[in-house]
This record gives sequence, C-alpha cells and structure tokens, in this order.
Amino acid sequence: MSDDGPGGASSPATEWKLPSVRKVAMISLITAESALFCIFLVAYAFYIGKSLNPPSPKEILEWPILASIALLSSSGTIVFAEKALYGGRLARFHCWWLVTILLGMTFLGYTAREWYEFIHHRHFTLATNVFGSTFYSLIGLHVSHVIAGLVLLLLVFAMSLVGKVRAEHHEHVEMVSWYWHFVDIVWVVVFVVVYVIGR
Amino acid sequence: MGAGRKALPGLVQELVYTVDHKKLGMMYLGSGLVFFMLAGIMAVAIRVQLAVPNNHFLNPSAFNQFFTMHGTTMVFLVGMPLILGLANYLVPIMIGTRDMAFPRLNAFGFWIFLFSGFLLYFSYLGGSGVYGIGSAPDVGWFAYSPLTAKAFSKGHSTDYWTLSLLAGGIGSIATAINLIATIFCLRCRGMTLNRMPLFVWLNAVVAFLIILAMPPLSACQIMLCLDRYLGAKFFDTQAGGSAILWQHFFWIFGHPEVYILILPAFAIISEVIPVFSRKPIFGYPIMVMASVMIAFISLGVWAHHMFTVGMSSVSNTFFSASTFVIAVPTGIKIFNWIGTMYGGKLRMELPLLFSIAFLFQFLIAGLTGVMLATTPFDWQLNDSYFVVAHFHYVLVGGLLFSIFAAFYYWYPKMIGRMLDGAMGRWHFWLFLVGFHLTFFPQHIMGILGMPRRIYSYPADRGWEIGNLLSSIGVIFQATGILIFLINLLYSYYRGRRAGDDPWDAWTLEWATTSPPAEYNFEKLPEVHSARPLWDLKHPDEPDWKHN
Repeated sequence: MSDDGPGGASSPATEWKLPSVRKVAMISLITAESALFCIFLVAYAFYIGKSLNPPSPKEILEWPILASIALLSSSGTIVFAEKALYGGRLARFHCWWLVTILLGMTFLGYTAREWYEFIHHRHFTLATNVFGSTFYSLIGLHVSHVIAGLVLLLLVFAMSLVGKVRAEHHEHVEMVSWYWHFVDIVWVVVFVVVYVIGR
Repeated sequence: MGAGRKALPGLVQELVYTVDHKKLGMMYLGSGLVFFMLAGIMAVAIRVQLAVPNNHFLNPSAFNQFFTMHGTTMVFLVGMPLILGLANYLVPIMIGTRDMAFPRLNAFGFWIFLFSGFLLYFSYLGGSGVYGIGSAPDVGWFAYSPLTAKAFSKGHSTDYWTLSLLAGGIGSIATAINLIATIFCLRCRGMTLNRMPLFVWLNAVVAFLIILAMPPLSACQIMLCLDRYLGAKFFDTQAGGSAILWQHFFWIFGHPEVYILILPAFAIISEVIPVFSRKPIFGYPIMVMASVMIAFISLGVWAHHMFTVGMSSVSNTFFSASTFVIAVPTGIKIFNWIGTMYGGKLRMELPLLFSIAFLFQFLIAGLTGVMLATTPFDWQLNDSYFVVAHFHYVLVGGLLFSIFAAFYYWYPKMIGRMLDGAMGRWHFWLFLVGFHLTFFPQHIMGILGMPRRIYSYPADRGWEIGNLLSSIGVIFQATGILIFLINLLYSYYRGRRAGDDPWDAWTLEWATTSPPAEYNFEKLPEVHSARPLWDLKHPDEPDWKHN
C-alpha cells in the first residue's frame, strides 16, 4: 500500500508491535477453563445442605492444610525456576522445577489418600448423595487439571534434562507456569467453597 | 486453481493432511451444507406430518427424534460450522496474514467437529436399526431433565447426544481460542483495532462468547454423563437433585449461543451493505461498541427461557428487563445499516438482496423477541408455536439469509467464479416467499394455542389452515435451496470468471487473487485506513486523509 502519507499509528517511525500469540491463547484458555470451573462451583454451592441422606460434609471432610500449603508454595517455586531460566542458570532452574513437581505430587498424593479413605473405608462415593456427586466432580475436575499440569511440568523437565530447554525458551516455560498458577488460584476458590463455606 | 479439480484420492489426501485455513474453512462450509440438507429433510418430514390433522405419516417416536435431531443439527452442525468456516476462511486474509495462529489446532477443531457430527448421526444405526429410525436422541435439543434420566431415556440415544455435544464443544472452544490469538496477534502492519473490518471485530466478539458460553455446556454434559453412568444425583429430583439446575446450566450456554449464531450474521451484513451502497459503514465505533454490549448483556439473560418454571418474580423481572436492554444495541445496529444505505448508490446484487431481507426479518424477530421477554406474555405463549416462529425468524430469517448473502458475496473469492445471478434470483424469491409462508402463520397458530413439539392435532382447533400454509411454504423453501445447491455446483464449473475484485470492494481479501494462493499474500500488506483497497484505488482521495 502507499506509505507516502501520514498513516496514523503506522507511520514508518513507529514500530508495529502486537501481543504474543502464546500469551493471548493461554489467557483465552484460562478464561474458558474458568467458565468450566464456575459451573461446577455453582453446582457445589447450590447443593450445600440439600443431600437427603448422610454423610454431610461436616461428618467427613478434613481440612487439607498440608496439601494446600504444598500446592500454594509450588506457585512460588515455579516463579524461582522461571527467573533462573530467564537468567540462564540452568542448574538452578532444574532444582526449582523439580521442587515444584514434588510439591504438586504431594498435593496429588493427599487427594489420592483422601479419596481412598472416603471410598474404601467410609463407602462415600459419587452416587451416595448430591454432596458426593458435586464433591467428587468438582475436586475431580481440579485434580485432573493438577495432573495435566504435572504432565506439562514433567515434559519440560524431561526436555530440559536432554538440553532442549534453554533461556530463549523462557516464554514457553512461562506459559506452563501461568497454567500452574491458574490451577493454584482455582484451588484457593475450591478450598474456600468446599472446605470453608461447605462445612 | 480450485482444489476440486484434482483426482479424488489425491484430493482426499490433501484435505485430510491440510492445515491451511482456507481449505479448512471450505471443509467447514461443505460439511455444514451436508448437515444442512440432512436437517432440512427432517424439517420437511416434520412439516409433512403436521400438514393435516390426525396424520400418521410419522409415528410419535420418529417425530420426537426428528425434531430433536433437526434442532441439534441446525445449531451445532450447521450454524456453528458455517460461521466458523467463514471466520476461518476470511479472518486471516482480512487482517492481512498468512494463516491462523495455530494451524494444527485449527485442523483439530475441524476434525473433532466432523467427528461429533458422525457420532450424533451414528445413533440412527443403533437400537431398532435404520428402518426403525434407530435410537436417535429424542429428548429435544435442550434435553430437559429428568427426560434425560436413565429411567426415562433408556438405551443410548441420549449418550450419543451428550458425547457428540461434548466433542463439538471442545472443537469450537479450540477454534475460538485460535481466532482470538489470530485476530489480536497477527494483524498486518497498520491494521489497528479501529481499522479492522467489522467482520473481524464481530468474530472476535463471537470467539469471546464461545469461550465463555461453551464450557458451561460441556460442564452440564459431563454432569449428565455422571448421572447416567456413575449414578450421580445432579439432576435426580428423588435424591435431592434439581431438574431446574439443568435448565439454568443449559440456558447459561443456550442463550449466548443465540448470539454466537447471530453476531456473525451481523458481521456478514456489515461487510455487504457498505460495499453495495458505495458508502463506508455508518458509525463504525458505535457498531463495535453495540456488538460488545450485545455480547455482554447476552450472558445475563438466560433465564428468560424459564419464566414458566416458577422462579421468583424478582428474577423474572430482572431477566425480563435485561432482555429488553439487548434491544437497544441491536436497534442501534439496524439504524446504522439503514444509515449506511441511506443516500448510497445501491447495487441490487444478490448479497444486498439477502441483506435487505435480513433487515426486515431480523426486525420482526427482534420485535417478537421483546414480546416474549415480557413475562406475562411469555406465560401465555411459552412452548407454543409463537416461540417456534420467533426463533425461526432469528435463525432462518436472520442467520441463514445472511449466510446466503455471504455465499453470493465470497463465493467468487473462494472459487474464482461468480455464482449464477438468474438462479440466485430464483433462489432468493422462492426462499423468501417460502420462509414467510412457513413461519409467519406459526405466530398466529401459537396465539391460537398450538403447542410446540406436538406430533399431531385434532381437526377442531382452528390450526388446520395455518399448518397447511406452513407446510406448503416448506416446498418453496426446499425448491429454493435445491436451486442454490445446483447453482453452487454449476457455477463451480461454468460460472463467469470472477477476477480478483468483482464487487469493487474495500477489504484486504479482495487484494489477493481469487482463489487466494496458498500463502494469501506474496508480500504482507500494510494498511492506513479501514478501507485499504479504497486507498489503493483512489490515491488522490484516500481514507486516511479524513480520519
């Protein structure tokens, strides 16, 4: 096109800058995922106290303090890992990344134990009452996101072990960390709704 | 030139492997048209059954399956792919880039959509087989609980419906994310947000609506699956579950879905009317603002589908009022389109004809919409044929007419040949007459008390003439569609060569060859105004000097 005139914002002097494709796509994905979580959260909140038969949340739920601390602190360690990668200190990056993975697995382990206890010993399942339906579907949805996050984290870890992750890939890694932060923030909401308000 | 002139095996291979947004766009359009014919055949069967009282052309269960499949197909396998196909094809070219942001994700979106369609139609083979119509879903496209509970919907028909919609939802969310990333991150130099064609703007708004509204649909499909297979109690009223919750969740998706379908129609009209009036669109920033407003408000009106379920009068009032509010930005848009045509040099080509018909029909649809949003009026007419007439005025008179406009407008770009004008006019007039003949009497039948989804009716209710007219209208519509399909094929081989810019238009897709080369543009363009081609053709009087 002709560029002999004052083309407004695109005159040759000004630079043409657009947002990063990865960031915009990740924000959109997180928006969509939030909409998904909203519905399950609303269902959980709507059915609080509406079960016709036991158990009620009060009888069965215990505060997952340690698991929550593990998951929330993993949001911090992943930031340290990112910073280390950005600065090109790969060994440091590995360390923090591994710590993040271990913290995520701690959380997963806690949920596994909680569910085992509920299903195996207390015979409390998805089909027991509406509390069971909403509890397992909401926690299950979150845990499935934790698992997806862990798969991503492990993938990055494996690729970095064979030297495929370097400082110039920090944006890819940043996207994984955004996703992980999202999983964390969702946990805060789920924790409040299920373990605080719901009890 | 066109991909279709290759030998079939090579063509199939090319289509299966492709990640090109143009080919995927045309595949969306093609498969959308195939599903359109299937759903159309079911519509004809429904109208034949209802043409005269006490008819036994279809048995009741086949009738239930047909209206369910007709609705589900038209919304998810015709409306969505046609609009996503147009967006896929046009958005990257209009913003002057070479492909979508994630080409492989784009291909994934298409194939999972096609899979969801096959999955839904596979249900016809189950149960009592092809001749017994099989076990197609028969719970309505809204699948109200507890109709969908294991106790009332035995067999697997509802599972086909659920899994198909779940897959389709994933596909459209993927495509929407892709569109957002493409529109915001890949615009060519100088294509600022206030220079984007309205088509692109509206598709961005639609993509946002999709990522906000489709996940609730997926969520309630997951819940329904858990209910049916693992004994969960979400919608089981006997165990403390709520049937109303399904309606809330479904319409939280279902109402924005209407705008997901109608905003692309606005997008098409906003491209066609200026070009065929030889005037820039009137009030561009207001058009953008009105679209964003419509999308925003549409997220908060879902319960106007539920005035009769017994919500509190406060909620009824809220949802009634918020629905009224949508009429304001929509009215602004209609005024702006008329404002664009006012004083313009109108060229009565087919795209403009369809657009003008759209304006009138969408106006009627909007007015009946406001009527239905009035709670006491809705109490009278909920689940009557008035509602059927209303949403067919929206979806056929609105969306479908604009999609026809889009076909006549962009076919030359996609294929390189013009659609035949004489056949196009036959199509237009037959379809226009047929459309009004079919759906206008349904308003009156609704007011006379004819309920929706009834399989037959006695002769003494005063509904006979309306139903007969309505069924005759379908013949006109079907003939029109047939001529349109013949035209698509005929013009593919025999149509007049189009050249790069047959309509003397202004947006970037007309700056490249017809059909566009694999990479759209040899050299990525740079734009200085909202009408880059006008600037190019009129260097003495370019747009950017005026704004």
